Amino acid sequence: MGLLTNLKSSIARAASTLFAEEESKRIGIYGPPNAGKTTLANRIVRDWTEHGDAVGPESHIPHETRRARRKEDIEIERNGSTVNIDVVDTPGVTTKVDYTEFLEHDMEKDDAVRRSREATEGVAEAMHWLREDVDGVIYVLDSTTDPFTQVNTMLIGIIESQDLPVLILANKIDKEESSVQRIRNAFPQHETIPLSALEGDNMDEVYDKIAEYFG
Amino acid sequence: MAEVKDPSEGVQIDLISGERMDGLTSMEKIRLILDGVREGNIVILEEGLSPDEESRLIEVTMTEISPDEFNGIEIETHPRSDTSDSSFLDRLMGKESTKKLTVIGPANQIETLHKDETLIQTLVSRK
Ligand SMILES: Nc1nc2c(ncn2[C@@H]2O[C@H](COP(=O)(O)OP(=O)(O)OP(=O)(O)O)[C@@H](O)[C@H]2O)c(=O)[nH]1
Ligand SMILES: [Mg+2]
Repeated sequence: MGLLTNLKSSIARAASTLFAEEESKRIGIYGPPNAGKTTLANRIVRDWTEHGDAVGPESHIPHETRRARRKEDIEIERNGSTVNIDVVDTPGVTTKVDYTEFLEHDMEKDDAVRRSREATEGVAEAMHWLREDVDGVIYVLDSTTDPFTQVNTMLIGIIESQDLPVLILANKIDKEESSVQRIRNAFPQHETIPLSALEGDNMDEVYDKIAEYFG
Repeated sequence: MAEVKDPSEGVQIDLISGERMDGLTSMEKIRLILDGVREGNIVILEEGLSPDEESRLIEVTMTEISPDEFNGIEIETHPRSDTSDSSFLDRLMGKESTKKLTVIGPANQIETLHKDETLIQTLVSRK
């Protein structure tokens, strides 16, 4: 069964690239809550579009993004050629949401319950997108935290099983506790690029790699 | 299945063989897991789930979370070594990735104490 499904999906994928040659690749920004996905999406949009409206709000409170948000037709110029991508900022993926954790961030119970309900809907939606609607993945990790979590391992496994190109970004290198090597050790089968989405550090290499992986 | 005991008596563990799972569709597997976990049981899968099933498990878990009732799941997998028990063909067919011992429990009752390549220590508390 696996072989047949794989065959079917690779035919579908081949066909879609054939007929959609001019279309932008849809790149999903995935990763655990609070990794800096929205901060990165906002920076990409600010760097490469004229109006540069933010993709969404950034916050230290987890599950700030609770709806997948798409920004279309971003043209990234690299070495004289351009790469067109749609960027999809997704809610941080998790296997559990406990509204009482939001209460610690000075939130009323009603708001915390609503936030948790929206978060669960958003994560479900993001998982669905990952199976059906993305052509590549930027996986963002907070390099000050332990990358060897079950959610990261599962997500990377899911992405690999669909043969999607994936770029792992080690974010928040401006922080002292940051360890890029820890991420490289956790996912040795992939290339890890360090950056600070907040400060804009090493963005040139990030854009080079986006062009290389998704162009 | 056996009747569910009073959860205050202890923690029920469902150990599900690979053979039992083989006969089920993806959604049936996910139902079996989540029904067990929502009753407060720890579900152990001899052979784990495929990546696609894991992705659906996360999705269905999310749709079932409800405040003060169900907070979601904790999941731990223990990969077996690629080379020892799977042939090249198995790996080509993507079979090797499904053969991993998997422990799934209610998020508020299970806590990983330690994890490395050879040992997973888990604290399971009563409801
Ligand atoms: N120091 C530092 N902080 C960062 C960096 N990138 C993001 N942050 C901060 O980390 C927090 C989370 O950033 P977000 O961009 O909202 O994270 P997210 O991954 O979109 O989070 P969710 O939408 O909740 O899943 C915010 O307080 C950001 O300002 C970085 O490179 N360095
Ligand atoms: Mg966000």
